[in-house]
Amino acid sequence: MDAVVAEKLTKEYNGKVAVRGIYFRVHYRECFGFLGPNGAGKTTTVNMIYCLSPVTSGKLTVLGMDVRKHPREIKSRLGVVPQENNLDPDLKVLQNLLVYANYFRIPPATARSRALELLEFFDLADRAGEKVDRLSGGMKRRLTIARALINNPELVILDEPTTGLDPQARHLVWQRLRRLKERGVTLLLTTHYLEEASQLCDRLVIMDRGEILEEGKPGELVARHIGQEVVEVGLEQMEEAATALVVERTGHLLREHLEVGDNLFLFPREKGQAVLQALQDLPLRFSHLLLRPATLEDVFLKLTGRGLQA
Amino acid sequence: MRFPDVSPLVWQVLRRHLIVFSRNWVTNLTFNFFEPLLYITALGVGLGAYVQDMEGLPYLHYLAPGLVASSAMFATTYECTYGTFVRMEFQKTFHAMVATPVSIDDVIVAEILYGTFKSVLYGTVILLVILVLGLVTSPWALLVPPVLAVAGFLFAILSMIWTGLVPNMENFNYFFSLIMTPLFLFSGVFFPLSGLPKIMQDLAWLSPLYHVVNLVRSLVLGQVHPGLLGDFLWLSVLAAVLFPLSLKLIRRLIIK
Repeated sequence: MDAVVAEKLTKEYNGKVAVRGIYFRVHYRECFGFLGPNGAGKTTTVNMIYCLSPVTSGKLTVLGMDVRKHPREIKSRLGVVPQENNLDPDLKVLQNLLVYANYFRIPPATARSRALELLEFFDLADRAGEKVDRLSGGMKRRLTIARALINNPELVILDEPTTGLDPQARHLVWQRLRRLKERGVTLLLTTHYLEEASQLCDRLVIMDRGEILEEGKPGELVARHIGQEVVEVGLEQMEEAATALVVERTGHLLREHLEVGDNLFLFPREKGQAVLQALQDLPLRFSHLLLRPATLEDVFLKLTGRGLQA
Repeated sequence: MRFPDVSPLVWQVLRRHLIVFSRNWVTNLTFNFFEPLLYITALGVGLGAYVQDMEGLPYLHYLAPGLVASSAMFATTYECTYGTFVRMEFQKTFHAMVATPVSIDDVIVAEILYGTFKSVLYGTVILLVILVLGLVTSPWALLVPPVLAVAGFLFAILSMIWTGLVPNMENFNYFFSLIMTPLFLFSGVFFPLSGLPKIMQDLAWLSPLYHVVNLVRSLVLGQVHPGLLGDFLWLSVLAAVLFPLSLKLIRRLIIK
């Protein structure tokens, strides 16, 4: 049994198809990611999982229950961190957690001890009596995640958990999410940060325009599509002849190459160093020449011909 | 039309509103209390000095019960337009709630009940004020709070319908200047409608506030007659009929 099973899941609204018959499974105790640019259909998909948006067609089972038939039961066992923080600004920090606990019918004493524990875990214990508006962006995010854990959920859904946070705040959130995973909580997150996806996800799907393009472990996806390394080439005069020359002279060393805008991406078969060497022998001037480890972004680029931020 | 999906969790949502209310009730109440008091002084005492009598009553006695009804109406309509809209649109409180076992219908019903609560509370406070001023002359006045509850329920539903139809801040001004103010002026709060042209009297019958004023004034003055059941029934039936519409209109703003 899996935590989430989607089969031919489709969502249409206002006459447009946001999710196009996708299939995926989230296993228990894993961190599963939806990686894709804005507008890929990630949020629409998670909205259906936590029973906010009705499913147009297809099958969607969460924690073994049909989202159409058992929304309240499903929601009682989920934690949801929406894209936009929607903490209650009329309530103070601790009250936010206690009032939320009421919606799950958690007895007051349990709610209180659990809320204090969560504030501790998220480094917010000294803010318990403060107004929500007084918190920094990172603190608000942590409080929103803490709130999602008030009911001890089996599955936590995080929609863009660190979008808009500064790097320090982001790493703090990642740290806490990793600890949650170690405790055996199933995590499902959407992101357009490849770093977030590779840092946190055991498995992920790459989504674009309502479709799932690929699925797998981050490392495997990179190895399968790209290899170990990437050589990024910027040609000063981006002429077809120059590109052709590069490809001709290095082709035997490459699995593949990709032209994106002003950049040429070379995916070496083995050592990137050898490709670099071959390039430096060419009678061309490069604006930049970079040998770097392959990432999920390269996978996305290869699959869509566009960058993730596009 | 979908059957309402309402559960006892409505109480937990309502409780949230009451917790927030309990934190600033003094400011809240003082503000709403001040305005009717101004009307009582300016019109009841000031203008009243020039009015011989109104349907056989000193003007102050005539006016005061009407203000109980209109204060209740305004308390509810402000809450369920501006208040509801801020929670729904700016604070995204509804979204946070529906991610828990709470359903969107639970959230909407709790809003309506909170509006009802405000009607009963603010109306009753003004009732107590006019009691202290010696303007309540019958124990029938004890039935005013239940009347305010039905009235509040109806006004909450009407406000939610407006909020659902034109969900933006500017349009609430139209609601108050085009709908609430005429209701306030032509529902028998300040003068009997018998002096108006027939057409205005018929129109007034359509005003919910007219029926609330009839009920409250008769109870406060002890002029109880079977016709009041008609007013009560009119309010109850309209509330029952419009309730599903308010659910439907707000639902579609949240569930997409």
